[in-house]
Amino acid sequence: MSPVTITLLATAALLAVSVLAVGIGRNKDAYRLIYGSCLAVTIIVLTAALVQLLGASAPSGVRLPLGLPWIGAHFRLDALSAFFLAVTALGGAAASLYALGYGQHEQAQTRVLPFYPAFLAGMILVVLADDAFSFLVAWEFMSLASWALVLAHHRDAGNTRAGYVYLTMASFGTFALLLAFGLLAGSDGGYAFGAMREAQRAPDIAGLAMLLVLIGAGSKAGLVPLHVWLPLAHPAAPSHVSALMSGVMTKVAIYGFVRVAFDLAGAPTDWLSALVIAVGAATAVLGILFALMQQDIKRILACSTIENVGLIFVSLGLALAFKAQGMAWAAAVAASAALLHVFNHSLIKSLLFFGSGAILHATGERDIERLGGLIHRMPQTAVVFLVGSAAIAALPPLNGFVSEWLAFQAILLSPQLQAWGLKFLVPAAGAMLALSAALAAACFVRLYGISFLGRARSPAADRAHETDRFSLAAMAMLAALCLIVGILPGLFVDALQNAVGVVVGATLPPQRTMAWLSIVPIVEERSSYNGLLVFVFIASTASLAAYVIHRVASNRVRRGPAWDCGFPDPRPMTQYSGASFAQPIRRVFGATILGAGERVEMPPPGSVAPARLTVTLRDRIWDGLYAPVVTGVTVATERLNRLQFLAIRQYLSLVFGVLVFLLLVLAAWS
Amino acid sequence: MVVILDLAVQGAQMLVVLLLAPLLTGFVRKVKARLTHRRGPPLLQPYRDLLRLMRKEVVLADNASWLFRVIPYVVFACTWVAAALVPTFATGLAFSWVADLIAIIALLASARFCLALAAMDAGTSFGGIGSSREMMIASLAEPAMIMIVFTLALVASSTQLSSIVQFVASGDVGLRVSLGLALVALVMVAIAENARIPVDNPATHLELTMVHEAMVLEYSGRHLALIDLAASLKLLLYVSLIGCVFAPWGIATTDSGPAAYLVGFGAYLGKLAIGGFLLALFETSIAKMRVFRVPEFMGAALMLGLLATLLLFVSRGM
Repeated sequence: MSPVTITLLATAALLAVSVLAVGIGRNKDAYRLIYGSCLAVTIIVLTAALVQLLGASAPSGVRLPLGLPWIGAHFRLDALSAFFLAVTALGGAAASLYALGYGQHEQAQTRVLPFYPAFLAGMILVVLADDAFSFLVAWEFMSLASWALVLAHHRDAGNTRAGYVYLTMASFGTFALLLAFGLLAGSDGGYAFGAMREAQRAPDIAGLAMLLVLIGAGSKAGLVPLHVWLPLAHPAAPSHVSALMSGVMTKVAIYGFVRVAFDLAGAPTDWLSALVIAVGAATAVLGILFALMQQDIKRILACSTIENVGLIFVSLGLALAFKAQGMAWAAAVAASAALLHVFNHSLIKSLLFFGSGAILHATGERDIERLGGLIHRMPQTAVVFLVGSAAIAALPPLNGFVSEWLAFQAILLSPQLQAWGLKFLVPAAGAMLALSAALAAACFVRLYGISFLGRARSPAADRAHETDRFSLAAMAMLAALCLIVGILPGLFVDALQNAVGVVVGATLPPQRTMAWLSIVPIVEERSSYNGLLVFVFIASTASLAAYVIHRVASNRVRRGPAWDCGFPDPRPMTQYSGASFAQPIRRVFGATILGAGERVEMPPPGSVAPARLTVTLRDRIWDGLYAPVVTGVTVATERLNRLQFLAIRQYLSLVFGVLVFLLLVLAAWS
Repeated sequence: MVVILDLAVQGAQMLVVLLLAPLLTGFVRKVKARLTHRRGPPLLQPYRDLLRLMRKEVVLADNASWLFRVIPYVVFACTWVAAALVPTFATGLAFSWVADLIAIIALLASARFCLALAAMDAGTSFGGIGSSREMMIASLAEPAMIMIVFTLALVASSTQLSSIVQFVASGDVGLRVSLGLALVALVMVAIAENARIPVDNPATHLELTMVHEAMVLEYSGRHLALIDLAASLKLLLYVSLIGCVFAPWGIATTDSGPAAYLVGFGAYLGKLAIGGFLLALFETSIAKMRVFRVPEFMGAALMLGLLATLLLFVSRGM
């Protein structure tokens, strides 16, 4: 049986589990059966995807008699789909394992269990689809299933609005994709991806189709300015679903863009690659600035997803630009950076969302200002969360740094690009990538420092307890993978070369033959990085220093009250808070970009009234772009509402008038 | 044989940076004292301080976790590994291919991330203030540094520090505007990264303006010694970096004899002395600025770095 058949059968099994969940969802232990079967199925899918990706075998396809009668439903698994399928399945397996423990705390089982397998099935089908019709159906299926999961806790404040905004943006994105596929199919309606790949089309049409896909897939992935739904919807879902939405669904959206822009649409144009790079860089910086200003732990993570999607799109834009210029080897560096970061971010973000779920269950709090000191009460979660935080801040020797390093190497190849716009844009994009990496470090020092370190800021945080075994196993597995990818990056860069070959038509030199498992994208004199030795050096010097100092000098320890310059205050509220940590950065970047304002109300001397500091943040994109649309739609609907209250003769004359108008148009047309 | 020699050079390099780092700190302090008509502590005082601190017991805050105790070793290890990969007296270090310049900068970022976390561990307000300001300064200093790295990498078409130094030392580089801009930006970044005046004051305590010292306020004994040693190593790293890239004279290249190594070592000591003297001179002639003027200072460094890179991008196309 070919991998694609196995994956389709597995998807069918997921849909069956979904139906089963409708039946048995009320049972208290149903979650074990549902998540257990999801875990088993996703492991099978992961194996199939890895066989296809690493085996370098020919793409395998299947045509099912479903969908549009004259084309049927095509499904195909090539190296590119196999890579994204592996990311999806691994994320799905980790989330299912986590949910085996976390799922028991769920209050609304009947609203989560049926949709969870369906959501997984939808994402798998998007990656498999090989014609526009199946792709769009699977895409909508994925959107609606995740929308249902976002509304699982629909009574909580803000969740209904999140669901509404999400649904609107998802429909808008699918609409853009629909138009893009219409353009690609052309007048003779070749909706199969194979036909689109072969078709010849004018560069303008190809560019327009890519722009529409950038809008459609970008709105799902969270590109600025289409990101507004993401920080609302991702945190609203239960934590294991948040992990899937942030870690995996955004990657499925990126798959949609990669498939169309690199594989189907034909030769890329320079203005489009410039646009992708610019939008990606802006997304990266704005996303992490939003994250720094939030105090809801899950919303911080969702905003950081926006940042990472920006990083991936910068690398993809570079790959497009190199490909347009025929520099296939440089395009391979950029595409490897993008795909490796897709994989890395799916690992890290799932890990961090699982950690946030563990905190949410242990304390009932999502607000970091009410957490603190969790490292004492959740020691194991604290370790894995620390690994995730350091990895997403792009610190060596962890995995986030490797993809960041590859992206910088790609930027350093770009002076050879001919287009003048790109010559000015790419260095600025490089600076913005570095800025977003540095801000990410600040953001995760803040998140980890406020919630895990220090003293508990609320009784709930003081009573926190360690999470269950299944959740810990899922998090430990992801943290271990983060470390392994960080110290043995060459193996993983090699593993995705088949997919890189599909994307840009060239691959990096094989990395597993390099000395000491270094990664060397071009030649060693130019650049190389060895995560393994960096890790070994740090570990050995640190332990050597510890051993020598403890043996030779002193190993005595005494506990005492904190020094704090002689003014320690026992009240936890006197610690630095998340808002105060972000204040310098808010002052430096916030005033112009985020429209941040501070107002201090100081009571007159002698009064005992408390002083107040009010911070206002405005989302300028919402104010400038979305609010006018919302106002316009509201005004228009109120006007049109009058049509509902006409008399019958008015309706008849209206119908008659429209008929005459249409006939006139027809007459003028022909 | 060649391998053994390379390894010996690398080992010597690791020891040299470790042993010279406190001396450079002591030298800067001494020169600063003389410039302000004080006698100043003896040159070897930093070594005595380190030894004394190592032998003292550690007083941990009641609330401190295991992280607080582990982080000094991690900070020290990251900084030491980074400093050992910057050519001091010879290029062609045995392990220079392990981490290029981007990775060296990232290793320092790892050390900073850890230290900023440790500052928040005891749950005091001074730790928080130091951590938050350090990350704010770093959020601008790090992109500026990456832009400087881009400039060097584009000039030498390599991000390997050894290749860059060999290219600059070979004299093919000529006089370039971008390199001049990068030098100014690198000096500004180095001042900020090492918490020197005018960005931060390494000698201050009990002031609301301090950044680095506020972060390490809760540390004592051997932990404090390691963090101080790491800070000295970082200062040495930046002086060596500026020295080897912008003044590569005398540095021993691969396959040269023992005499070249001696010359290289002498030249390196000279460069450290000049660098330390210039730093002390600069620090005594300028006042510390307000914390919220620092972003403008670092923004200028970032703009200079970006300008240098842009010039190279544009000139490469012609």
